[in-house]
Amino acid sequence: MAHIPDPHLSDPMVPVLARVTNRVEEIPGVVTFEINAPQWQGFAPGQFNMLSLFGVGEIPISISGPSFDSTTIIHTIRDVGAVSGAMATLEPGAMLGMRGPYGTAWPVEQARGRDVVVVAGGLGLAPVRPILYHLITNRANFGRVTLLYGARSPDEILFRNELSKWRAQLDMSVEVTVDHADATWRGHVGVVTTLFKGADFDPAKTTAFVCGPEIMMRFGANALTDAGVAPEDIHLSMERNMQCAIGLCGHCQIGPFFVCKDGPVFNWAQMKPLMAIKEL
Amino acid sequence: MSVKGLEKIVAAHSLFAGLGGGFLELVAGCARNVRFEAGQYLFHEGEIASEIYLIREGSVALEISAPGQGCMTFMSAGPDDVVGLSWIVPPYHWTFDTRAQEDTRAISLDAICLRTKCDADPALGYEVMKRFAPTIVARLHSTRLQLLDLYGTHS
Amino acid sequence: MLVETDSCNSPFVLDANGLGRLIASLHASGHRVLGPTRRDNAVVYDEVRSTSDLPRGWVDEQAGGHYRLKREGEAYFGYTIGPTAWKSFLHPPKQSLWSTKTGNGQTEIRPASISDEKLAFLGVRACELAAIAVQDKVFLDGAYRDPHYAARRANLFIIAVNCGRAASTCFCSSMGTGPKAREGYDLALTEFITSEDVAFLAVAGSKEGAEMLSTLPTRPATQADIDASTEATAQAESQINRRIDTSGLSPLLKENPDHPRWNDVASRCLNCANCTMVCPTCFCTKVEEVSDLDGVETSRVQSWASCFTSDFSYIHGGAVRTTPKARYRQWMTHKLATWVDQFGTSGCVGCGRCITWCPVGIDITEEAAAIRSGNKGG
Repeated sequence: MAHIPDPHLSDPMVPVLARVTNRVEEIPGVVTFEINAPQWQGFAPGQFNMLSLFGVGEIPISISGPSFDSTTIIHTIRDVGAVSGAMATLEPGAMLGMRGPYGTAWPVEQARGRDVVVVAGGLGLAPVRPILYHLITNRANFGRVTLLYGARSPDEILFRNELSKWRAQLDMSVEVTVDHADATWRGHVGVVTTLFKGADFDPAKTTAFVCGPEIMMRFGANALTDAGVAPEDIHLSMERNMQCAIGLCGHCQIGPFFVCKDGPVFNWAQMKPLMAIKEL
Repeated sequence: MSVKGLEKIVAAHSLFAGLGGGFLELVAGCARNVRFEAGQYLFHEGEIASEIYLIREGSVALEISAPGQGCMTFMSAGPDDVVGLSWIVPPYHWTFDTRAQEDTRAISLDAICLRTKCDADPALGYEVMKRFAPTIVARLHSTRLQLLDLYGTHS
Repeated sequence: MLVETDSCNSPFVLDANGLGRLIASLHASGHRVLGPTRRDNAVVYDEVRSTSDLPRGWVDEQAGGHYRLKREGEAYFGYTIGPTAWKSFLHPPKQSLWSTKTGNGQTEIRPASISDEKLAFLGVRACELAAIAVQDKVFLDGAYRDPHYAARRANLFIIAVNCGRAASTCFCSSMGTGPKAREGYDLALTEFITSEDVAFLAVAGSKEGAEMLSTLPTRPATQADIDASTEATAQAESQINRRIDTSGLSPLLKENPDHPRWNDVASRCLNCANCTMVCPTCFCTKVEEVSDLDGVETSRVQSWASCFTSDFSYIHGGAVRTTPKARYRQWMTHKLATWVDQFGTSGCVGCGRCITWCPVGIDITEEAAAIRSGNKGG
């Protein structure tokens, strides 16, 4: 018979009570929250929490704040469904349930001494923001740092102030493109992969982090391999239905992997053959 | 500028990088330097696509306008990009407007000149088509992705 | 097949009266005894108060999309398996996880209580022991464990009963799980016919099992008893006609996601999810919110989910698996292939429930064979 663990240990499905301490509306429908939760011990870039609204439901949300701040929990939430929509209305002082952090981390330290290319699309900038904080704080440990970001339109560019600040830094290159714009926009217009042409990195010594809609990640990863970056050095963050985040509910499977515990961060060598299969 | 100088500039653009000896001369023979001030239109939708622009500096916005939606930029082009594929396909009309987003310098190739040379020398024609084809395909890919509205809320 | 005769688990013989005593002893020690009962013309696992609750003299007839009970013989355990899997008790269809109560501006989170109920399963087949072992790996061996499952599992007494018959849908021998119980039980019984009545060859598989056996009216088994029980098991084994070729099956399925057979099976599959409900290893769940009208009390309830529904794979924007083809492929490929990557074992134990309870009789062994025979790579 299998070893049976003590059933009276804490139940991983039960959240702790957390409190919203700050709220910033980034763009219409996207809100960044600061949350305070008891016994929080920090997270690694790329990990996510399960957030609950009592009477509404629970959803996985990536952590978008700096990982070196082990006291504050920052989430950026987009109103796309019943739970996220209700969450987006929360004001400071509101209570919610939280459990986590879960999942694999962006292997940022594997990129030490190498060029780093971060490719983000849409709200995909939120899950990679902890990487950027890490790179900026430990700038000397890395080679050239490039952020390529694609948004739907200039109005929907996330973290606009931070992007300007990072862009002004001489030791990193930040390029933003939008799918469409009006005449007041002076920047790039086109899909994010068109930014690769102007990016300066040594493909043989580059670690890439890609986050956004799955199609964008597929095309982004392929453009990186076309440029000569090894599939093992390209990391992406997958999204699948998650009910438990601890490998027990079965919903998040993609091939042999449970996205919640084997991911959400995978490398392109792992994902490419699986993503090639429709509706896997 | 001398023809030799133009040849150098044309060869420096990625579209014609490594173009063989005689061909470069033929292409450069259709070239001239142009510059546009910020806000100036390179051309408008419906006009004859009589030129091809190899952007050297600055950037341009490719625009399309619709009543009620104003003017929408669907693509921007910067250094080392090409603007102008319509010259290849009859009846050679631009299907969008192009406006300089900032002061922009480019090489303009005379479309009739280049077409005539391509028709006269199929080897040159094939070489030129091979160099334009990847841009055509890349634009198709990009358009497809934009059509999917990847970052939309789909609600 | 040899019966182990070492001193620890040497066989004893228990008669029908002894079986009754076993049930009574389990009740006396505070167990809720669950076992085969006849209800709605099927053998289902439910409360067993005495041997009279057992489906004595009933056997089942099973085929793809077909299940009938009929009278035959006098055996207590002459049936093979019915639609209930033991997961119904260890991993129940609904499980409350936690609840909240809000008052005076304060919200309190209350974890659902962990049950201390002692369960005894009577009549666990070899394939079902294997299924429990599979779910143990899912719920207990990972970094996170299901405490409700762990509690029920910790308080569980298992009486295995070796099969004396096989249904036409059985293929445990292909999966290496049966028909004879090898491990994972407290007691294992093999029913055999004697001149007067039925009797049970009883073997202990644990300290608790041996202790229980020592309190029951038994006699040491004779060679004739051992031969008779061996004969019963051999009969079941000889009746197993269905096979699945497991050699290289995991890579075969993973390498054939576009095999035309998936379209073929999808055209027959009703996406009813029956196979996932009766499967003793399928473990997927969803979590739902239950709330009173004023929102003062809310609770999170976990319930069984099936990969045959489109909301199973829903992410923002739509479902990942929109087609029946993708959903059947996910179920079968998970069961027979990726399960091995995830848990080091196949997810299929060869019980055949998915074949019997499929309304259109889709047969997992036939589907696997079709993919193998049409595999271009050989």
